[in-house]
Amino acid sequence: MVNKPSRQTDPLIGKDSWNIQLDSNGRLKHFLTIEGLGSEILSNILDTAESFANVNEQRVKKVPILRGKTIVNLFFEASTRTRTTFELAAKRLSADILNINISTSATSKGESLLDTLQNLQAMLCDMFIVRHSDSGAAHYIAGIVAPHISVINAGDGRHAHPTQAMLDMFTIRRKKGHDFGKLRVAIVGDILHSRVARSQIHALNILNTGQVRVIAPYTLLPTDIDDMGVTVFNDLRSGIRDVDVIIMLRLQKERMQGALLPSEHEYYSLYGLTEERLRAAKDDVIVMHPGPINRGVEIESRVADGNRSVILDQVTYGISVRMAIMSMVLGREPEQNEAEANP
Amino acid sequence: MDEIAKPDQLLEKLAADLEQLLDQRNIDDPLMVGIHTGGAWIATILHAKLGLSRPLATLDISFYRDDFSRIGMNPKVKPSSLPPQVEDKHIILVDDVLQTGRTIRAAMNEIFDYGRPASITLACLVDRSGRELPIQADVIGQHLHLQGNQHIKLNGPEPLGFIVT
Repeated sequence: MVNKPSRQTDPLIGKDSWNIQLDSNGRLKHFLTIEGLGSEILSNILDTAESFANVNEQRVKKVPILRGKTIVNLFFEASTRTRTTFELAAKRLSADILNINISTSATSKGESLLDTLQNLQAMLCDMFIVRHSDSGAAHYIAGIVAPHISVINAGDGRHAHPTQAMLDMFTIRRKKGHDFGKLRVAIVGDILHSRVARSQIHALNILNTGQVRVIAPYTLLPTDIDDMGVTVFNDLRSGIRDVDVIIMLRLQKERMQGALLPSEHEYYSLYGLTEERLRAAKDDVIVMHPGPINRGVEIESRVADGNRSVILDQVTYGISVRMAIMSMVLGREPEQNEAEANP
Repeated sequence: MDEIAKPDQLLEKLAADLEQLLDQRNIDDPLMVGIHTGGAWIATILHAKLGLSRPLATLDISFYRDDFSRIGMNPKVKPSSLPPQVEDKHIILVDDVLQTGRTIRAAMNEIFDYGRPASITLACLVDRSGRELPIQADVIGQHLHLQGNQHIKLNGPEPLGFIVT
């Protein structure tokens, strides 16, 4: 069982950075990264999400458990899917949710992040959902907010996107069953810039996946890839041979500095997932993508819209998984110091 | 404390009384719903004894509890398996022990989020003292007077047995 990662420090965030997300009883107080969590917590999230999937089939798609809680979507970086599914998840839990549009907020008038946070705290919020282009932003915020406030990382730089990884695990479990040990999973594309890939790799290893492969040119692999518990392939065709799950990543042009790739066209010709290439995988392979997809850059339209694609299922499951994480984080017995801070 | 009968005996009585009540009320195709976990065990047996044709449904009321902010998320929450068509159905809600009435309140709230039933009949194996809400069972295996600090719990599913502490 992989409960502790082999590396003791996260190169992007620093030593033992994952510890602050657990309270003294080992329950999630924040949800910042998959790294360092045990398989029990991950399974618990997936089981709870399964129950919330039922709620999303009710006529009234709403349960009252987070009534009276206030949640703030704090997105410093553009997002459609993640922000809206967090918003829907919060609403289906009966919480009140605010969307702060940073580009039109006081931050753009020169207010510091700390001042913005203190003002939101003064409005008696219970949870911040943070997306930021800097790695470690959510950890930083979790470290400075009042003790009764929880922080969920909705993507920080190239570091982590833990709720996306959990909805991907939920999708795999729904489509391929509970035993990850018999699965081969391949993650294809821009691993270097991908916070999604980092979180997925941690989650897959914690859940004891049979084999985790990454498929990318060397220029798009992080330097610490050999320590991440994956098998590296540079060739798509051999990399997806006999795999059960293929996760395609978006080519993150906005994060690329320098000549990492000759051209998009050449990337597609080497790493684009086409119907023809998909034949090397198992017959019942599923194709996943965290979105947004770039058709004709990393994936052929026929594959994205084909019968092995579960890309839109991922979006639907994202609501249940985010409901599970939010309710687990906010539904803890308050600890003594927190209770005093928020009587 | 009163002497408590064995669950099997109480189930016989519950099934007979329930059958009679359904006759009186002219309910011929009810939807039976057991509340996790003890109520679902009882409902499984009642459902078989009454030979109901409509499949048994179960309910986990964790998301509807009124003490969520005090006790937090139940880590063992199970999916509810209520069919989407509760609209205009006659529902028999089944639980093991009726005490405060809060579980039944939560269960009824959840049922109404699936649709508007024609009626709800409540069947409980044990009706113990300690009500905090105006909720009564229609069919009861046994009334039991317990002190406020006494607890009764159904163990199961095989064999069923009560534990009083």
